[in-house]
Amino acid sequence: MILLIQYMIVFASVLMLVALGGCFSEHSGVINIGLEGIMVFGALGGALVMSSLPDGTSSFLIVLLSILAAMITGMIYSLLLAVAAINFKADQTLVGTAMNLLGTAGATVIVKAINTRSNPDNPSSTIQYIGAKKAFLLVDGYEFNWFMPLALCLLVLSWFILYKTRFGLRMMACGEHPQAAASVGINVFKMRYAGVLISGLLGGLGGLVYITAGVSEWKFENGVAGFGFLALAVMIFGEWKPFKIALAALLFGFFRALSNVYTGFDFLRALNLPSTVYNMLPYIISLVVLVLFSGNNAAPKAEGIPYDQSTR
Amino acid sequence: MGNEHNSEYAIEMLHITKRFPGIIANDDITLQLKHGEIHALLGENGAGKSTLMSVLFGLYQAEEGVIKKDGKEVKILSPNDANALGIGMVHQHFKLVECFTVLDNIILGDEPTGPMGVLKKAEARKKIMDLSNKYGLQVDPDAKIQDITVGMQQRTEILKMLYRDNEILIFDEPTAVLTPQEIHDLMKIMKNLAAEGMSILFISHKLAEIMEVADRCSVLRKGKYIGTVNTADVTMAELSSMMVGRNVNFHVEKKEQHLGDVILDVENMTVASKVHKNNAVKNVSLKVRGGEIVCIAGIDGNGQTEFVYGLTGLEPLVSGKITLLGQDITKMPIRKRSILGMSHIPEDRHKHGLVLDYSLEDNIVLQRYFEPEFTKSGFLRRNNIRKQAEKMIEEYDIRSGQGPITTSRSMSGGNQQKAIIAREIEKEPGLLVAVQPTRGLDVGAIEFIHKQIVAQRDAGKAVLLVSLEMDEVLDVSDRILVMYEGEIVGQLDPKTTTPEEMGLYMAGAKREEVKA
Repeated sequence: MILLIQYMIVFASVLMLVALGGCFSEHSGVINIGLEGIMVFGALGGALVMSSLPDGTSSFLIVLLSILAAMITGMIYSLLLAVAAINFKADQTLVGTAMNLLGTAGATVIVKAINTRSNPDNPSSTIQYIGAKKAFLLVDGYEFNWFMPLALCLLVLSWFILYKTRFGLRMMACGEHPQAAASVGINVFKMRYAGVLISGLLGGLGGLVYITAGVSEWKFENGVAGFGFLALAVMIFGEWKPFKIALAALLFGFFRALSNVYTGFDFLRALNLPSTVYNMLPYIISLVVLVLFSGNNAAPKAEGIPYDQSTR
Repeated sequence: MGNEHNSEYAIEMLHITKRFPGIIANDDITLQLKHGEIHALLGENGAGKSTLMSVLFGLYQAEEGVIKKDGKEVKILSPNDANALGIGMVHQHFKLVECFTVLDNIILGDEPTGPMGVLKKAEARKKIMDLSNKYGLQVDPDAKIQDITVGMQQRTEILKMLYRDNEILIFDEPTAVLTPQEIHDLMKIMKNLAAEGMSILFISHKLAEIMEVADRCSVLRKGKYIGTVNTADVTMAELSSMMVGRNVNFHVEKKEQHLGDVILDVENMTVASKVHKNNAVKNVSLKVRGGEIVCIAGIDGNGQTEFVYGLTGLEPLVSGKITLLGQDITKMPIRKRSILGMSHIPEDRHKHGLVLDYSLEDNIVLQRYFEPEFTKSGFLRRNNIRKQAEKMIEEYDIRSGQGPITTSRSMSGGNQQKAIIAREIEKEPGLLVAVQPTRGLDVGAIEFIHKQIVAQRDAGKAVLLVSLEMDEVLDVSDRILVMYEGEIVGQLDPKTTTPEEMGLYMAGAKREEVKA
């Protein structure tokens, strides 16, 4: 049971962070399908820092540096979306899809190159960070780590920024009615850049959290197994509102965790279902959620529409 | 207040010229707005009113001419500059965020904040409520825009300007979306504002409103400045001829009515809504006879659109029966309705009226291309199509760059509408359904279209006109049916009713049983 809760919270943190990222981007008016790719790159940045820090680096420094690395790589990667969607008014869904394809492939190439360079017989796409990973744990022997309180802080901060500050008000205006925002002197381009970059930052961090959940090495060929898309489902189910997103993330996290630990429950084992059923659960739930809730009108009205100054 | 100013004028735009490729939108235009006056800017569509206001608001830069504020020359390079000079604008299409509250919309872009950009809403609320009380602009600061009336949305826009301490207020066609009562309230508000020392620019092409509220009026025509007059010294007819450059007959000439047989008979029609769960049209029955123009009046969004969709076959009915020329057409496909004798001038000419990327001639035969005259064994008879198009262009004075082969998209709105009207009337329908046929058109085109519609009536055809324009309803129709929340709530005689009485029905304040 403890194990289930541990995993549920770990996965929920990942989904919540990434979904919050998506929430910022979409509230500014840019659909971010590319969260999956952003997660992969964030994870790559974090993993490279973790594996390259010398032994004996203090835990605090490891945590700080790897989190910063993940956030910054995620943010840099999200610039692709920002430049294409905001400056060049490209189709946001297409750019996002391209980013997802590039994410896993690019990370694999980079990791393989690094691995073969240090050892020509090792063409794998795996990065190990056994030592560094321990630095994240809060309590020995349990999968509770620093990311959980951090995620909680970011949740409250996100809510505060969106609903209590000038920045949030202006950003949401850009996602709802950019012409109205522009007419009162708000720079829509800047606000949209901010939205996308924040989504890169949170998405990158989410990627790092994901690859340190219960494992101490990551094979980048696998990407992040659709978690970016699950996070989108979480965001939609959470109606683009931070606290609802947190609840939705817990729900999805629960089903995802179930596939890791269902063997620990006698009654579930007694059902004798193949493990693939449990593995499928979060994805099936997300399909159902999207079918049922994608028609609701909580979505920012202007999302996905490139802002053009000449239309009024 | 008047003595503090350095100049008689709050804002002066002197000899403004603004060119776009191939066109001079503003040609040496001068506009002088006095302190505390309401100054109307009158002109047809395309006369250059919007361009001139965009120059004043910093959206465009003029090539020639100067703008003076209080006698001092100023440069306005962006809306922010305009705002800093105290110039505010209520746009024709409101710039409001639907899911924000009234308060959030008012402060957006000019928010009172504490450290770290944290909003201080209590402070803003106090300022807004003070302004609201001072000028009689009633709003609920915590209501969301999507839940409030158009009138309150407009008051929110006005408060946005006052909140920013603007003293030069531009109203861009502010009455287009309002009911008569709301228009009346707005006029009062504008007069209040002017009495408090605000200078108001009122853009309109509705002469009656200008006569009522404005002190002076400047007229533009085809990008040129025609003149400025005191409204007290002129008549509506004089203003109108300044605007269009000739005398326009406002009154639509109609022959004596000869009522014919019932051509359209709608019984208990109910149509579902696409936006909410209730039905948009509820149990509507009406009859239209040959030789009469029946007008469905009402405020936008009260089921008129859905009624027409149901009638013309664009949407299925939930229940009810439609009989056209004695035949039950309830389930008949659109093409068969058209062949039987229904013509439809649609509300949205771009969506339902024309294939915009087709040529004019293809659009002219859009409903008849399959007739033997235009098709032989599966091949289009291009020569006949061209001849038909040329005939229509001649008869209906459709102006376009390249004649029959002009892409419809490149034509002006008025000429697109003429093309649709030519096509629909040429079919010699038993019933003509015209939905807002003059929307967005200038006075000349409106006059032409009204003549065409009346000619159909005089020829004994049945005409069902759906309009949001009060003047059009009163001028053109023989019988008025008012639609409110999907029901017919009143039948009025245009000869005896007044706009005020109609307004009461349109706003749902009055209703009576109407038998078809």
